[in-house]
Amino acid sequence: MTGKKISGLTNVALMVQQSIIMAYRGLLKVRRTPEQLIDVTIQPILFTLMFTYLFGGAIAGNVHDYLPIIIPGILAQTILTGSVAIGVNLREDMDKGVFDRFRSLPIARIAPLAGALMADAIRYIIVTVLTFAMGYIMGMRPPAGFTGVLEASLLAIFFAWCSSWIFAFFGVIAKTASGVQGISMIILFPLTFLSNAFVPVNTLPKPLAWFAKVNPVSHLVTAIRTLLEQGKTNHDFWVSLFGGLIIMVVFSAITVRAYIRKAA
Amino acid sequence: MTSLQLSPTAVHAQALVKIFGDNHAVNGVDLEIPAGGIYGVLGPNGAGKTTTIRMLATLLKPDRGSAKIFGYDVVKDSRMVRRLIGVTGQYASVDEKLSATENLIIFSRLLGFSSRESKRKANELLEEFGLTEAAKRPLAKYSGGMRRRLDLAASLIAQPPLIFLDEPTTGLDPRTRNQMWNTIRRLVKDGSTVVLTTQYLDEADQLADRIAVIDHGKVIAEGTPAQLKAKIGTASLELVLADNENLQQAKDIIQQMLMAEVHATANSTITAPMVDAEVITDLLLAFRNAHIRLSAVMVKSPTLDEVFLTLTGHHTEQQTIPVDH
Repeated sequence: MTGKKISGLTNVALMVQQSIIMAYRGLLKVRRTPEQLIDVTIQPILFTLMFTYLFGGAIAGNVHDYLPIIIPGILAQTILTGSVAIGVNLREDMDKGVFDRFRSLPIARIAPLAGALMADAIRYIIVTVLTFAMGYIMGMRPPAGFTGVLEASLLAIFFAWCSSWIFAFFGVIAKTASGVQGISMIILFPLTFLSNAFVPVNTLPKPLAWFAKVNPVSHLVTAIRTLLEQGKTNHDFWVSLFGGLIIMVVFSAITVRAYIRKAA
Repeated sequence: MTSLQLSPTAVHAQALVKIFGDNHAVNGVDLEIPAGGIYGVLGPNGAGKTTTIRMLATLLKPDRGSAKIFGYDVVKDSRMVRRLIGVTGQYASVDEKLSATENLIIFSRLLGFSSRESKRKANELLEEFGLTEAAKRPLAKYSGGMRRRLDLAASLIAQPPLIFLDEPTTGLDPRTRNQMWNTIRRLVKDGSTVVLTTQYLDEADQLADRIAVIDHGKVIAEGTPAQLKAKIGTASLELVLADNENLQQAKDIIQQMLMAEVHATANSTITAPMVDAEVITDLLLAFRNAHIRLSAVMVKSPTLDEVFLTLTGHHTEQQTIPVDH
Protein backbone atom coordinates (compact mmCIF):
# COMPACT_ATOMS: atom_id res chain seq x y z
CA MET A 1 0.00 0.00 0.00
CA THR A 2 1.17 3.50 -0.71
CA GLY A 3 0.43 6.71 1.11
CA LYS A 4 -1.85 7.93 -1.65
CA LYS A 5 -4.20 4.96 -1.47
CA ILE A 6 -5.16 5.69 2.12
CA SER A 7 -8.41 7.62 1.96
CA GLY A 8 -8.96 10.89 3.77
CA LEU A 9 -11.36 9.32 6.24
CA THR A 10 -8.93 6.58 7.23
CA ASN A 11 -6.30 9.23 7.67
CA VAL A 12 -8.45 11.09 10.20
CA ALA A 13 -9.31 7.84 11.96
CA LEU A 14 -5.61 6.95 12.14
CA MET A 15 -4.79 10.42 13.43
CA VAL A 16 -7.35 10.10 16.22
CA GLN A 17 -6.11 6.63 17.09
CA GLN A 18 -2.48 7.76 17.17
CA SER A 19 -3.42 10.77 19.33
CA ILE A 20 -5.17 8.47 21.78
CA ILE A 21 -2.04 6.31 21.98
CA MET A 22 0.00 9.44 22.68
CA ALA A 23 -2.49 10.46 25.37
CA TYR A 24 -2.10 7.00 26.89
CA ARG A 25 1.65 7.60 26.92
CA GLY A 26 1.05 10.90 28.76
CA LEU A 27 -1.09 9.19 31.39
CA LEU A 28 1.50 6.43 31.85
CA LYS A 29 4.09 9.10 32.51
CA VAL A 30 1.85 10.76 35.08
CA ARG A 31 1.49 7.39 36.81
CA ARG A 32 5.27 6.94 36.83
CA THR A 33 5.98 10.44 38.12
CA PRO A 34 3.01 11.47 40.24
CA GLU A 35 4.99 14.51 41.42
CA GLN A 36 3.87 16.09 38.13
CA LEU A 37 0.50 16.46 39.78
CA ILE A 38 1.71 18.53 42.74
CA ASP A 39 0.47 21.77 41.22
CA VAL A 40 -3.03 20.44 40.64
CA THR A 41 -3.31 18.67 44.00
CA ILE A 42 -1.57 20.82 46.60
CA GLN A 43 -2.57 24.14 45.11
CA PRO A 44 -6.37 23.74 45.28
CA ILE A 45 -6.14 22.44 48.85
CA LEU A 46 -3.66 25.02 50.09
CA PHE A 47 -5.21 28.01 48.32
CA THR A 48 -8.72 27.16 49.44
CA LEU A 49 -7.65 26.93 53.07
CA MET A 50 -5.35 29.91 52.92
CA PHE A 51 -7.46 32.44 51.03
CA THR A 52 -10.75 31.50 52.65
CA TYR A 53 -9.51 31.99 56.21
CA LEU A 54 -7.34 34.94 55.24
CA PHE A 55 -9.94 37.03 53.38
CA GLY A 56 -13.20 35.49 54.59
CA GLY A 57 -13.73 37.78 57.55
CA ALA A 58 -12.60 40.94 55.77
CA ILE A 59 -14.56 40.50 52.57
CA ALA A 60 -17.73 38.61 53.44
CA GLY A 61 -17.91 39.07 57.22
CA ASN A 62 -17.31 35.38 57.87
CA VAL A 63 -15.81 32.28 56.29
CA HIS A 64 -19.11 30.59 55.53
CA ASP A 65 -20.48 33.50 53.50
CA TYR A 66 -17.19 33.86 51.65
CA LEU A 67 -17.17 30.26 50.37
CA PRO A 68 -19.63 30.79 47.46
CA ILE A 69 -17.47 33.74 46.33
CA ILE A 70 -14.02 32.22 46.74
CA ILE A 71 -14.55 28.60 45.64
CA PRO A 72 -15.44 29.55 42.02
CA GLY A 73 -12.54 32.04 42.11
CA ILE A 74 -10.02 29.47 43.30
CA LEU A 75 -11.35 26.91 40.85
CA ALA A 76 -10.82 29.33 37.95
CA GLN A 77 -7.39 30.32 39.19
CA THR A 78 -5.98 26.87 39.93
CA ILE A 79 -7.40 25.24 36.83
CA LEU A 80 -5.85 27.94 34.65
CA THR A 81 -2.53 27.64 36.48
CA GLY A 82 -2.78 23.90 35.84
CA SER A 83 -3.17 24.53 32.13
CA VAL A 84 0.26 26.19 32.00
CA ALA A 85 2.01 22.85 32.53
CA ILE A 86 1.21 21.73 29.01
CA GLY A 87 3.63 24.27 27.58
CA VAL A 88 6.47 23.30 29.89
CA ASN A 89 5.88 19.57 29.35
CA LEU A 90 5.62 19.97 25.60
CA ARG A 91 8.86 21.94 25.45
CA GLU A 92 10.71 19.37 27.58
CA ASP A 93 9.30 16.54 25.50
CA MET A 94 10.24 18.14 22.19
CA ASP A 95 13.82 18.62 23.40
CA LYS A 96 14.20 14.93 24.13
CA GLY A 97 15.49 12.23 21.83
CA VAL A 98 12.21 10.36 21.94
CA PHE A 99 10.64 13.14 19.90
CA ASP A 100 13.00 12.30 17.05
CA ARG A 101 11.64 8.81 17.14
CA PHE A 102 8.05 10.06 16.90
CA ARG A 103 9.03 12.27 14.00
CA SER A 104 10.71 9.42 12.16
CA LEU A 105 7.62 7.20 12.46
CA PRO A 106 4.99 7.17 9.70
CA ILE A 107 2.37 8.78 11.96
CA ALA A 108 0.30 11.97 11.88
CA ARG A 109 2.54 14.94 12.72
CA ILE A 110 -0.05 16.33 15.07
CA ALA A 111 -0.51 13.15 17.17
CA PRO A 112 2.10 13.91 19.86
CA LEU A 113 0.64 17.40 20.39
CA ALA A 114 -2.98 16.29 20.34
CA GLY A 115 -2.18 13.40 22.67
CA ALA A 116 -0.51 15.67 25.21
CA LEU A 117 -3.52 17.98 25.26
CA MET A 118 -5.91 15.07 25.67
CA ALA A 119 -3.91 13.60 28.57
CA ASP A 120 -4.05 16.95 30.34
CA ALA A 121 -7.79 16.63 30.89
CA ILE A 122 -6.93 14.42 33.87
CA ARG A 123 -5.24 17.38 35.54
CA TYR A 124 -8.31 19.60 35.18
CA ILE A 125 -10.55 16.89 36.55
CA ILE A 126 -8.28 16.55 39.61
CA VAL A 127 -8.26 20.31 40.25
CA THR A 128 -12.03 20.54 39.97
CA VAL A 129 -12.77 17.58 42.22
CA LEU A 130 -10.31 18.73 44.89
CA THR A 131 -11.52 22.33 44.92
CA PHE A 132 -15.17 21.36 45.31
CA ALA A 133 -14.27 18.72 47.89
CA MET A 134 -12.43 21.34 49.94
CA GLY A 135 -15.38 23.68 49.64
CA TYR A 136 -17.74 20.95 50.80
CA ILE A 137 -15.56 20.07 53.78
CA MET A 138 -15.43 23.74 54.78
CA GLY A 139 -19.20 23.93 54.67
CA MET A 140 -20.21 25.10 51.17
CA ARG A 141 -23.56 23.72 50.06
CA PRO A 142 -24.36 25.11 46.57
CA PRO A 143 -28.13 25.76 46.18
CA ALA A 144 -28.12 24.28 42.67
CA GLY A 145 -26.96 20.97 44.09
CA PHE A 146 -24.95 18.31 42.36
CA THR A 147 -26.19 19.24 38.86
CA GLY A 148 -24.97 22.78 39.34
CA VAL A 149 -21.57 21.55 40.51
CA LEU A 150 -21.33 19.18 37.54
CA GLU A 151 -22.24 21.89 35.04
CA ALA A 152 -19.84 24.37 36.62
CA SER A 153 -17.10 21.73 36.56
CA LEU A 154 -17.62 20.99 32.90
CA LEU A 155 -17.48 24.69 32.05
CA ALA A 156 -14.25 25.19 34.02
CA ILE A 157 -12.61 22.12 32.47
CA PHE A 158 -13.69 23.19 28.99
CA PHE A 159 -12.36 26.72 29.46
CA ALA A 160 -9.04 25.47 30.90
CA TRP A 161 -8.65 23.04 28.03
CA CYS A 162 -9.24 25.84 25.54
CA SER A 163 -6.73 28.16 27.20
CA SER A 164 -4.15 25.37 27.46
CA TRP A 165 -3.73 25.89 23.70
CA ILE A 166 -2.28 29.33 24.48
CA PHE A 167 0.38 27.76 26.68
CA ALA A 168 0.89 24.90 24.23
CA PHE A 169 1.72 27.61 21.70
CA PHE A 170 4.35 29.13 24.01
CA GLY A 171 5.69 25.63 24.60
CA VAL A 172 6.11 25.02 20.89
CA ILE A 173 7.79 28.34 20.07
CA ALA A 174 9.89 28.84 23.23
CA LYS A 175 13.53 27.86 23.46
CA THR A 176 13.57 26.57 27.03
CA ALA A 177 11.07 25.09 29.45
CA SER A 178 11.83 27.67 32.13
CA GLY A 179 11.13 30.40 29.58
CA VAL A 180 7.68 28.95 29.01
CA GLN A 181 7.04 28.86 32.75
CA GLY A 182 8.14 32.48 33.11
CA ILE A 183 6.09 33.99 30.33
CA SER A 184 3.01 31.94 31.24
CA MET A 185 3.10 33.13 34.84
CA ILE A 186 3.46 36.76 33.79
CA ILE A 187 0.27 36.43 31.77
CA LEU A 188 -1.62 34.37 34.27
CA PHE A 189 -0.94 36.26 37.47
CA PRO A 190 -2.63 39.55 36.50
CA LEU A 191 -5.42 37.73 34.69
CA THR A 192 -6.41 35.64 37.69
CA PHE A 193 -5.84 38.21 40.44
CA LEU A 194 -7.18 41.31 38.65
CA SER A 195 -10.60 39.75 38.40
CA ASN A 196 -13.62 39.15 40.59
CA ALA A 197 -12.15 35.80 41.71
CA PHE A 198 -11.28 36.95 45.25
CA VAL A 199 -12.80 40.37 45.83
CA PRO A 200 -15.96 42.22 44.69
CA VAL A 201 -15.10 44.34 41.66
CA ASN A 202 -16.82 47.48 43.06
CA THR A 203 -14.14 47.78 45.75
CA LEU A 204 -11.47 48.36 43.08
CA PRO A 205 -10.22 51.72 41.74
CA LYS A 206 -11.85 52.67 38.41
CA PRO A 207 -9.22 51.55 35.85
CA LEU A 208 -8.73 48.28 37.73
CA ALA A 209 -12.48 47.71 37.98
CA TRP A 210 -12.77 48.23 34.23
CA PHE A 211 -10.07 45.65 33.59
CA ALA A 212 -11.60 43.19 36.05
CA LYS A 213 -14.96 43.53 34.31
CA VAL A 214 -13.68 42.77 30.80
CA ASN A 215 -11.25 40.12 32.07
CA PRO A 216 -12.35 36.71 30.69
CA VAL A 217 -11.49 35.13 34.04
CA SER A 218 -14.18 37.30 35.69
CA HIS A 219 -16.75 36.05 33.19
CA LEU A 220 -15.74 32.47 33.92
CA VAL A 221 -15.96 33.02 37.68
CA THR A 222 -19.38 34.72 37.44
CA ALA A 223 -20.65 31.95 35.17
CA ILE A 224 -19.52 29.31 37.68
CA ARG A 225 -21.09 31.21 40.60
CA THR A 226 -24.40 31.53 38.75
CA LEU A 227 -24.44 27.83 37.88
CA LEU A 228 -23.76 26.92 41.51
CA GLU A 229 -26.27 29.34 43.03
CA GLN A 230 -29.10 29.46 40.54
CA GLY A 231 -28.37 26.41 38.40
CA LYS A 232 -28.79 28.44 35.24
CA THR A 233 -26.69 29.75 32.41
CA ASN A 234 -26.33 33.52 32.21
CA HIS A 235 -24.69 36.01 29.89
CA ASP A 236 -21.24 35.26 31.40
CA PHE A 237 -21.69 31.56 30.68
CA TRP A 238 -22.03 32.21 26.98
CA VAL A 239 -19.17 34.71 26.99
CA SER A 240 -16.92 32.07 28.63
CA LEU A 241 -18.09 29.33 26.30
CA PHE A 242 -17.59 31.31 23.11
CA GLY A 243 -14.49 33.06 24.45
CA GLY A 244 -12.98 29.65 25.14
CA LEU A 245 -13.97 28.43 21.70
CA ILE A 246 -12.41 31.45 20.00
CA ILE A 247 -9.19 31.05 22.01
CA MET A 248 -9.06 27.40 21.07
CA VAL A 249 -9.72 27.95 17.36
CA VAL A 250 -7.18 30.76 17.06
CA PHE A 251 -4.46 29.19 19.19
CA SER A 252 -4.89 25.64 17.94
CA ALA A 253 -4.46 26.97 14.41
CA ILE A 254 -1.25 28.90 15.13
CA THR A 255 0.09 26.23 17.50
CA VAL A 256 -0.41 23.48 14.96
CA ARG A 257 1.23 25.60 12.29
CA ALA A 258 4.24 26.43 14.45
CA TYR A 259 4.44 22.84 15.61
CA ILE A 260 4.39 21.34 12.12
CA ARG A 261 7.05 23.79 11.05
CA LYS A 262 9.25 22.77 13.99
CA ALA A 263 8.50 19.11 13.60
CA ALA A 264 8.98 18.97 9.82
CA MET B 1 5.25 -4.41 2.04
CA THR B 2 5.85 -6.98 -0.69
CA SER B 3 3.93 -5.06 -3.32
CA LEU B 4 6.23 -2.06 -2.93
CA GLN B 5 8.39 -1.09 -5.84
CA LEU B 6 11.76 -0.50 -4.19
CA SER B 7 14.76 0.77 -6.05
CA PRO B 8 17.88 -1.41 -5.55
CA THR B 9 19.69 1.69 -4.33
CA ALA B 10 18.96 2.18 -0.63
CA VAL B 11 20.23 5.76 -0.49
CA HIS B 12 20.88 8.10 -3.34
CA ALA B 13 21.90 11.57 -2.18
CA GLN B 14 22.96 14.36 -4.46
CA ALA B 15 24.73 17.53 -3.38
CA LEU B 16 23.00 17.69 0.02
CA VAL B 17 23.50 21.01 1.77
CA LYS B 18 22.45 22.10 5.26
CA ILE B 19 23.41 25.48 6.66
CA PHE B 20 22.97 26.53 10.31
CA GLY B 21 23.52 30.27 10.51
CA ASP B 22 26.85 30.68 8.73
CA ASN B 23 28.00 27.14 9.50
CA HIS B 24 27.85 24.91 6.40
CA ALA B 25 27.25 21.76 8.44
CA VAL B 26 26.74 19.71 5.29
CA ASN B 27 28.29 21.18 2.20
CA GLY B 28 27.42 19.10 -0.84
CA VAL B 29 27.31 15.45 0.21
CA ASP B 30 26.84 12.79 -2.47
CA LEU B 31 26.10 9.25 -1.38
CA GLU B 32 25.23 6.12 -3.29
CA ILE B 33 24.43 3.27 -0.92
CA PRO B 34 23.43 -0.10 -2.39
CA ALA B 35 20.75 -2.19 -0.68
CA GLY B 36 22.07 -4.89 1.65
CA GLY B 37 25.16 -4.75 3.78
CA ILE B 38 26.58 -2.18 6.16
CA TYR B 39 27.63 1.26 5.01
CA GLY B 40 29.86 3.29 7.29
CA VAL B 41 29.97 7.06 7.42
CA LEU B 42 33.24 7.94 9.10
CA GLY B 43 34.33 11.34 10.33
CA PRO B 44 35.32 13.37 13.38
CA ASN B 45 32.93 15.29 15.62
CA GLY B 46 31.22 18.10 13.74
CA ALA B 47 32.05 16.69 10.30
CA GLY B 48 28.37 16.67 9.34
CA LYS B 49 27.61 12.97 9.86
CA THR B 50 24.62 13.43 12.12
CA THR B 51 23.20 16.27 10.02
CA THR B 52 23.47 14.10 6.90
CA ILE B 53 21.73 11.17 8.59
CA ARG B 54 18.98 13.46 9.92
CA MET B 55 18.29 14.72 6.41
CA LEU B 56 18.17 11.20 5.02
CA ALA B 57 15.84 10.17 7.84
CA THR B 58 13.38 13.06 7.13
CA LEU B 59 14.18 14.74 10.46
CA LEU B 60 15.76 17.78 8.79
CA LYS B 61 14.94 19.44 5.51
CA PRO B 62 17.92 19.84 3.20
CA ASP B 63 18.61 23.45 2.17
CA ARG B 64 19.82 22.30 -1.22
CA GLY B 65 20.26 19.02 -3.05
CA SER B 66 18.07 15.95 -2.94
CA ALA B 67 17.99 12.48 -1.47
CA LYS B 68 16.03 9.37 -2.31
CA ILE B 69 15.48 6.35 -0.10
CA PHE B 70 14.75 3.27 -2.22
CA GLY B 71 13.64 5.68 -4.92
CA TYR B 72 11.38 7.82 -2.67
CA ASP B 73 12.25 11.48 -2.14
CA VAL B 74 12.93 12.40 1.50
CA VAL B 75 11.05 15.71 1.18
CA LYS B 76 8.21 14.98 -1.23
CA ASP B 77 7.50 11.38 -0.16
CA SER B 78 8.62 11.78 3.46
CA ARG B 79 5.71 9.72 4.75
CA MET B 80 6.62 6.85 2.48
CA VAL B 81 10.27 7.14 3.45
CA ARG B 82 9.32 6.89 7.13
CA ARG B 83 7.74 3.51 6.42
CA LEU B 84 11.01 2.25 5.02
CA ILE B 85 13.46 3.40 7.68
CA GLY B 86 14.33 2.91 11.31
CA VAL B 87 16.40 5.55 13.09
CA THR B 88 18.51 5.21 16.20
CA GLY B 89 19.81 8.59 17.23
CA GLN B 90 22.98 9.58 18.97
CA TYR B 91 20.96 10.38 22.07
CA ALA B 92 18.61 7.64 23.17
CA SER B 93 15.33 8.11 21.35
CA VAL B 94 13.27 6.34 23.97
CA ASP B 95 11.15 7.59 26.83
CA GLU B 96 13.20 7.76 30.03
CA LYS B 97 10.22 7.74 32.34
CA LEU B 98 8.67 4.58 30.94
CA SER B 99 9.80 0.97 31.08
CA ALA B 100 11.33 -0.84 28.10
CA THR B 101 8.13 -2.81 27.48
CA GLU B 102 5.98 0.33 27.62
CA ASN B 103 8.28 2.12 25.19
CA LEU B 104 8.18 -0.69 22.66
CA ILE B 105 4.42 -1.18 23.00
CA ILE B 106 3.72 2.51 22.42
CA PHE B 107 5.94 2.63 19.34
CA SER B 108 4.39 -0.47 17.83
CA ARG B 109 0.85 0.73 18.61
CA LEU B 110 1.73 3.97 16.79
CA LEU B 111 2.94 1.90 13.86
CA GLY B 112 -0.53 0.39 13.64
CA PHE B 113 -0.04 -2.99 15.32
CA SER B 114 -2.87 -4.27 17.52
CA SER B 115 -2.41 -4.28 21.25
CA ARG B 116 -1.83 -8.06 21.30
CA GLU B 117 0.66 -7.93 18.42
CA SER B 118 2.45 -5.04 20.10
CA LYS B 119 2.88 -7.01 23.33
CA ARG B 120 4.17 -10.01 21.41
CA LYS B 121 6.60 -7.88 19.39
CA ALA B 122 7.83 -6.08 22.50
CA ASN B 123 8.52 -9.38 24.26
CA GLU B 124 10.26 -10.84 21.20
CA LEU B 125 12.52 -7.83 20.79
CA LEU B 126 13.35 -7.65 24.49
CA GLU B 127 14.26 -11.32 24.41
CA GLU B 128 16.38 -10.85 21.29
CA PHE B 129 18.26 -7.93 22.79
CA GLY B 130 18.76 -9.53 26.18
CA LEU B 131 16.56 -7.03 28.01
CA THR B 132 13.82 -9.34 29.28
CA GLU B 133 15.05 -9.20 32.85
CA ALA B 134 15.16 -5.42 32.89
CA ALA B 135 11.93 -5.00 30.93
CA LYS B 136 9.88 -3.61 33.81
CA ARG B 137 12.55 -1.32 35.21
CA PRO B 138 12.33 2.39 34.39
CA LEU B 139 14.99 3.42 31.88
CA ALA B 140 16.60 5.82 34.33
CA LYS B 141 18.23 2.74 35.87
CA TYR B 142 19.57 1.41 32.55
CA SER B 143 23.23 1.38 31.59
CA GLY B 144 24.34 3.12 28.41
CA GLY B 145 24.60 -0.18 26.58
CA MET B 146 21.13 -1.36 27.61
CA ARG B 147 19.65 1.93 26.50
CA ARG B 148 21.31 1.69 23.09
CA ARG B 149 20.07 -1.86 22.68
CA LEU B 150 16.53 -0.80 23.52
CA ASP B 151 16.87 2.10 21.15
CA LEU B 152 17.93 -0.24 18.39
CA ALA B 153 15.12 -2.65 19.25
CA ALA B 154 12.64 0.21 18.89
CA SER B 155 13.97 0.93 15.40
CA LEU B 156 13.30 -2.65 14.35
CA ILE B 157 9.63 -2.98 15.29
CA ALA B 158 8.34 -2.50 11.76
CA GLN B 159 11.27 -4.46 10.30
CA PRO B 160 12.28 -1.58 8.05
CA PRO B 161 14.53 -2.42 5.09
CA LEU B 162 16.88 0.48 5.94
CA ILE B 163 18.24 1.29 9.40
CA PHE B 164 20.19 4.41 10.31
CA LEU B 165 22.43 4.12 13.36
CA ASP B 166 24.02 7.35 14.50
CA GLU B 167 27.18 6.51 16.45
CA PRO B 168 25.73 3.32 17.90
CA THR B 169 28.78 2.55 20.08
CA THR B 170 30.06 5.96 21.18
CA GLY B 171 30.52 5.86 24.94
CA LEU B 172 30.12 2.10 25.27
CA ASP B 173 32.65 -0.12 27.02
CA PRO B 174 34.51 -2.63 24.79
CA ARG B 175 32.38 -5.63 25.79
CA THR B 176 29.11 -3.85 25.11
CA ARG B 177 30.53 -2.48 21.89
CA ASN B 178 31.24 -6.03 20.73
CA GLN B 179 27.69 -7.07 21.55
CA MET B 180 26.42 -4.13 19.53
CA TRP B 181 28.60 -5.08 16.60
CA ASN B 182 27.22 -8.62 16.65
CA THR B 183 23.68 -7.29 16.73
CA ILE B 184 24.36 -5.04 13.75
CA ARG B 185 25.90 -7.92 11.79
CA ARG B 186 22.84 -10.05 12.54
CA LEU B 187 20.54 -7.34 11.16
CA VAL B 188 22.30 -7.40 7.83
CA LYS B 189 22.09 -11.20 7.67
CA ASP B 190 18.32 -10.81 7.82
CA GLY B 191 18.45 -8.71 4.67
CA SER B 192 18.36 -5.17 6.08
CA THR B 193 20.60 -2.35 4.96
CA VAL B 194 22.42 -0.55 7.77
CA VAL B 195 23.90 2.91 7.49
CA LEU B 196 25.98 3.78 10.53
CA THR B 197 28.07 6.76 11.48
CA THR B 198 31.19 6.41 13.57
CA GLN B 199 34.22 8.31 14.74
CA TYR B 200 36.29 5.14 14.89
CA LEU B 201 38.17 3.81 11.90
CA ASP B 202 38.39 0.48 13.69
CA GLU B 203 34.62 0.21 13.89
CA ALA B 204 34.08 1.11 10.25
CA ASP B 205 36.79 -1.39 9.35
CA GLN B 206 35.22 -4.17 11.42
CA LEU B 207 31.66 -3.66 10.26
CA ALA B 208 31.28 -1.77 7.02
CA ASP B 209 31.29 -3.16 3.51
CA ARG B 210 31.85 0.33 2.18
CA ILE B 211 32.89 3.54 3.91
CA ALA B 212 32.43 7.21 3.13
CA VAL B 213 34.83 9.53 4.94
CA ILE B 214 33.26 12.90 5.74
CA ASP B 215 35.05 16.07 6.73
CA HIS B 216 33.81 19.66 6.83
CA GLY B 217 30.47 18.61 5.36
CA LYS B 218 31.92 16.86 2.33
CA VAL B 219 32.67 13.29 1.34
CA ILE B 220 36.43 13.23 0.92
CA ALA B 221 36.92 9.52 0.24
CA GLU B 222 34.72 6.55 -0.51
CA GLY B 223 35.38 2.86 -1.00
CA THR B 224 35.80 -0.52 0.67
CA PRO B 225 37.86 -0.59 3.86
CA ALA B 226 40.69 -2.23 1.93
CA GLN B 227 40.67 0.50 -0.72
CA LEU B 228 40.72 3.21 1.93
CA LYS B 229 43.49 1.60 3.91
CA ALA B 230 45.58 1.29 0.76
CA LYS B 231 45.29 5.06 0.44
CA ILE B 232 46.27 5.63 4.03
CA GLY B 233 49.27 3.35 4.19
CA THR B 234 50.14 0.41 6.35
CA ALA B 235 50.26 -0.11 10.05
CA SER B 236 53.49 0.48 11.89
CA LEU B 237 55.60 -1.61 14.20
CA GLU B 238 56.86 -0.06 17.40
CA LEU B 239 59.69 -1.57 19.37
CA VAL B 240 60.82 -0.33 22.77
CA LEU B 241 64.31 -1.41 23.77
CA ALA B 242 65.15 -2.42 27.31
CA ASP B 243 68.56 -0.85 26.96
CA ASN B 244 69.22 2.39 25.11
CA GLU B 245 72.82 1.43 24.27
CA ASN B 246 71.65 -1.08 21.65
CA LEU B 247 69.73 1.53 19.70
CA GLN B 248 72.07 1.83 16.72
CA GLN B 249 72.61 -1.94 16.46
CA ALA B 250 68.86 -2.52 16.59
CA LYS B 251 68.25 0.08 13.90
CA ASP B 252 70.78 -1.60 11.66
CA ILE B 253 69.18 -5.03 12.09
CA ILE B 254 65.74 -3.68 11.26
CA GLN B 255 66.97 -1.78 8.25
CA GLN B 256 68.70 -4.88 6.98
CA MET B 257 65.76 -7.22 7.42
CA LEU B 258 62.84 -4.97 6.47
CA MET B 259 64.73 -2.93 3.92
CA ALA B 260 62.84 0.15 5.01
CA GLU B 261 63.38 3.50 6.71
CA VAL B 262 63.13 3.39 10.49
CA HIS B 263 62.77 6.16 13.04
CA ALA B 264 64.21 6.12 16.48
CA THR B 265 63.19 8.40 19.32
CA ALA B 266 65.16 9.37 22.38
CA ASN B 267 63.35 6.99 24.74
CA SER B 268 64.62 3.86 22.99
CA THR B 269 61.59 3.53 20.76
CA ILE B 270 61.96 2.48 17.14
CA THR B 271 59.13 2.80 14.64
CA ALA B 272 59.16 0.78 11.43
CA PRO B 273 56.56 -0.01 8.79
CA MET B 274 54.53 -3.14 9.58
CA VAL B 275 55.16 -5.91 7.04
CA ASP B 276 54.68 -9.64 6.67
CA ALA B 277 54.27 -11.34 10.07
CA GLU B 278 56.87 -13.99 9.12
CA VAL B 279 59.48 -11.30 8.68
CA ILE B 280 58.62 -9.90 12.09
CA THR B 281 59.21 -13.33 13.65
CA ASP B 282 62.64 -13.42 11.97
CA LEU B 283 63.31 -9.94 13.21
CA LEU B 284 62.53 -10.81 16.80
CA LEU B 285 64.72 -13.91 16.56
CA ALA B 286 67.56 -11.77 15.19
CA PHE B 287 67.18 -9.51 18.23
CA ARG B 288 67.42 -12.51 20.56
CA ASN B 289 70.58 -13.73 18.77
CA ALA B 290 72.17 -10.29 19.05
CA HIS B 291 71.23 -10.19 22.76
CA ILE B 292 69.13 -7.10 22.34
CA ARG B 293 66.37 -7.13 24.95
CA LEU B 294 62.99 -5.60 24.21
CA SER B 295 60.64 -4.15 26.79
CA ALA B 296 57.64 -3.77 24.43
CA VAL B 297 56.48 -4.65 20.93
CA MET B 298 53.42 -2.94 19.47
CA VAL B 299 51.62 -2.97 16.16
CA LYS B 300 49.88 0.33 15.58
CA SER B 301 47.02 0.57 13.09
CA PRO B 302 46.57 3.87 11.32
CA THR B 303 44.47 6.07 13.55
CA LEU B 304 41.57 8.17 12.34
CA ASP B 305 43.86 11.13 12.76
CA GLU B 306 46.37 9.58 10.36
CA VAL B 307 43.58 8.81 7.89
CA PHE B 308 42.62 12.43 7.99
CA LEU B 309 46.11 13.65 7.77
CA THR B 310 46.57 11.56 4.65
CA LEU B 311 43.24 12.42 3.07
CA THR B 312 42.96 16.09 3.91
CA GLY B 313 46.39 17.22 4.91
CA HIS B 314 45.07 18.40 8.29
CA HIS B 315 44.53 16.74 11.64
CA THR B 316 41.08 16.04 13.04
CA GLU B 317 40.25 19.22 14.85
CA GLN B 318 39.72 19.04 18.54
CA GLN B 319 38.25 22.50 18.72
CA THR B 320 34.73 22.85 20.02
CA ILE B 321 32.43 22.63 17.07
CA PRO B 322 28.72 23.36 17.41
CA VAL B 323 26.97 20.07 18.07
CA ASP B 324 25.40 19.06 14.77
CA HIS B 325 21.77 18.40 15.50
